[in-house]
Amino acid sequence: MSVAGIGALPALVAQGGPVVPQFEQGSDCVRENKGFCWDWFTQNFDRVFSDRIIQHIELTAIAVSIGFVLAFAAALITYRYPRIGTPVTIFFAFLYTIPSLAFFQLMVPVTGLTWTSAEIALVSYTLLILYRNTLTGLQEVPGDALEAAQAMGLTRRQTMMRVELPLALPAIIAGIRIAVVTIISLATVAAFIGVGGLGQPIFNAIQDGFKTQFVAAGVLAVVLALVADALLVIVQRLLTPWARAKVG
Amino acid sequence: MNDFTNAFKFMGDNASLMLEKTWEHLVLSFASIGVAMLIALPLGVVLGHMHKGSFVAINVSNVGRALPSLAIISIGLGLLGIGFINVLVALVILAVPPMLTNAFVAIDRVDPDAVEAARGAGMSNAQILWKVEIPLAVPLMFAGIRTAAVYVIATATLAALAGGGGLGDIIINQASYGTPGVIAGSLAVTLLAFLGEAAFALLQRAMTPRALRRKGMAVELVEPALEGA
Repeated sequence: MSVAGIGALPALVAQGGPVVPQFEQGSDCVRENKGFCWDWFTQNFDRVFSDRIIQHIELTAIAVSIGFVLAFAAALITYRYPRIGTPVTIFFAFLYTIPSLAFFQLMVPVTGLTWTSAEIALVSYTLLILYRNTLTGLQEVPGDALEAAQAMGLTRRQTMMRVELPLALPAIIAGIRIAVVTIISLATVAAFIGVGGLGQPIFNAIQDGFKTQFVAAGVLAVVLALVADALLVIVQRLLTPWARAKVG
Repeated sequence: MNDFTNAFKFMGDNASLMLEKTWEHLVLSFASIGVAMLIALPLGVVLGHMHKGSFVAINVSNVGRALPSLAIISIGLGLLGIGFINVLVALVILAVPPMLTNAFVAIDRVDPDAVEAARGAGMSNAQILWKVEIPLAVPLMFAGIRTAAVYVIATATLAALAGGGGLGDIIINQASYGTPGVIAGSLAVTLLAFLGEAAFALLQRAMTPRALRRKGMAVELVEPALEGA
């Protein structure tokens, strides 16, 4: 199994000498490979970056969605049977600790250079965050609220749907927010196994040493993460109006 | 699964290479952790002692978490070029936020009664800081250092892409080391991350004053997002 297009990369990095790029025609800025060429960025944004941004969002959305379903189920089961909490946490923490580049590479012999490989690793990274936040949210539901629910004659299911989950919602959304931002970060590394996303222009730039592409792709990834974070803060506030008083 | 068997064979055949790259990995990681500590801890302690700047100190870790590590390295490659320094700068940027936030919160939230009692006993401001606040804050402060350290050891794998060396060199160099090498490097760096996590967990326990070690005093990383901060 060979990593397509990556083979030539380390030689260039290892030499570490002056990189002599061959950037066809371009402005003086591009030919001299200055730190950042705004003209190149605006002219090539559609060609080089727009699809990558969409791929990146897809990679992230799929990973967080699948991760949420798994972690949410695990948290509900743990809430009912607290004993399994420690082993589940240890397992998720184990997955979370694996360095991303290694995780992606270790999946390649198993599932190949595919989106499946990337998503298995990315989903694994969401589990600890989403599980811990959901469980904490449920466990911190005040006992008074549960007693009141019981006194009103709510069944277990009704208590879960009408009392426990709504009260746990701020913590759950906070977990989703952390997970999204984390996965946006890790998905850049996924490009190493050829699944695209904003990491792809970064790895391309490593091969030809084109500085503008380094900076542009890096900044776009940072902006994507910050925008996603900001949007989720807004969602968090809209969905939990009662928590607004506490938000500092 | 044959790839994995070959990977272990690779480790045996290339033991000196593996050790050399592991050593590079550790040097880079600890240099970054050290520099980040020199920046983050004094700042966090001073701000926490004065109970000032909580908005910045707490939110820096929210923003810090949002910074994709590869993106930081990439921007560094564009602006600073290839090499150890670029990678060091990137890793320090990633390590500072959790350390700073935890150091700030640790000092800021020391029991005011303890500080009051120390003041009543006639301690000076500096004595209060060194003999009361810092000892009580150590466990939480160290939790931040531990988080940052584990993160740095994992992220240092990406350093190879920017010429920073380390075990990532083997992982990205399929052309020279083949698939067994790539798998071997990946396994080695994973193991290193686990050992780092375990070592820092033990260190954290050792750093916690005995009186605070009782059960139920588990010291966790501050998760500001969880509190809605």
